[in-house]
Amino acid sequence: MSRVIAELLQPTCVLLNQKFENSEEIIRAIGTELYEAGYVKESFSEAAIDREKNLPTGLPLAGGFNAAIPHTEIEHVIKPALGLVTLTQEVNFQNMVNPQESVPVRMVFVLALEQPKAQIEMLQEIASVLQNPGLVERILKAESFEEVISELRK
Amino acid sequence: MDTPKRILVACGTAIATSTVVAKGIEEALKERGIQITTRQCKASEVRSLVDGADLIVTTTPVPSDLGVPVIQTLAFLTGIGKEEVIEQIITALKD
Repeated sequence: MSRVIAELLQPTCVLLNQKFENSEEIIRAIGTELYEAGYVKESFSEAAIDREKNLPTGLPLAGGFNAAIPHTEIEHVIKPALGLVTLTQEVNFQNMVNPQESVPVRMVFVLALEQPKAQIEMLQEIASVLQNPGLVERILKAESFEEVISELRK
Repeated sequence: MDTPKRILVACGTAIATSTVVAKGIEEALKERGIQITTRQCKASEVRSLVDGADLIVTTTPVPSDLGVPVIQTLAFLTGIGKEEVIEQIITALKD
């Protein structure tokens, strides 16, 4: 049950079964949606892309699919929100703990965090999604925002 | 009673992943009756905050010449190898 994530995900910021060339395109696409929905400042995308270059967020997971969780400093955020991208083809992110290593990713949660340490429930829920290979797989199969939300609320 | 051991928990921005890691460590060690305190910081702040810390746990690379044991791990995020990492933390705190 991922109640907080389900509440923070914005319909226009959930892009399912997409094809992107690289991590930068993914972050920019969601950053633009978050900006248009009023959750982040215009500077968010470039700040998150920059941060991803220096401090990458790719996470190898236990199941067959990996994820990334791009985010950036709170000054680029207006109010907390979450974006989600699922990919039909893997896109490489660099490994958070070992930036020399590429991690082919199928799921990307973009985090718009507004206060340090304030979004602990959301962050813990994301960690528990990442630790549940069955749920990751069902989210990757989802074809609509509603399906994603209903999987998260189970 | 022993003074609680101090763990410096680092990540890139000190707002997201270190929050999950700090909470994970606190819960795991509390269950085992081990008293600790955690402080979150950015990887770039580790060198200036290392004084007084007994252990550094980080999700992103930090310098290795800090004079304090460093455990680099994604286990509190991904669940992979979590029990082993908790044992490593306990061992590192005993030394």
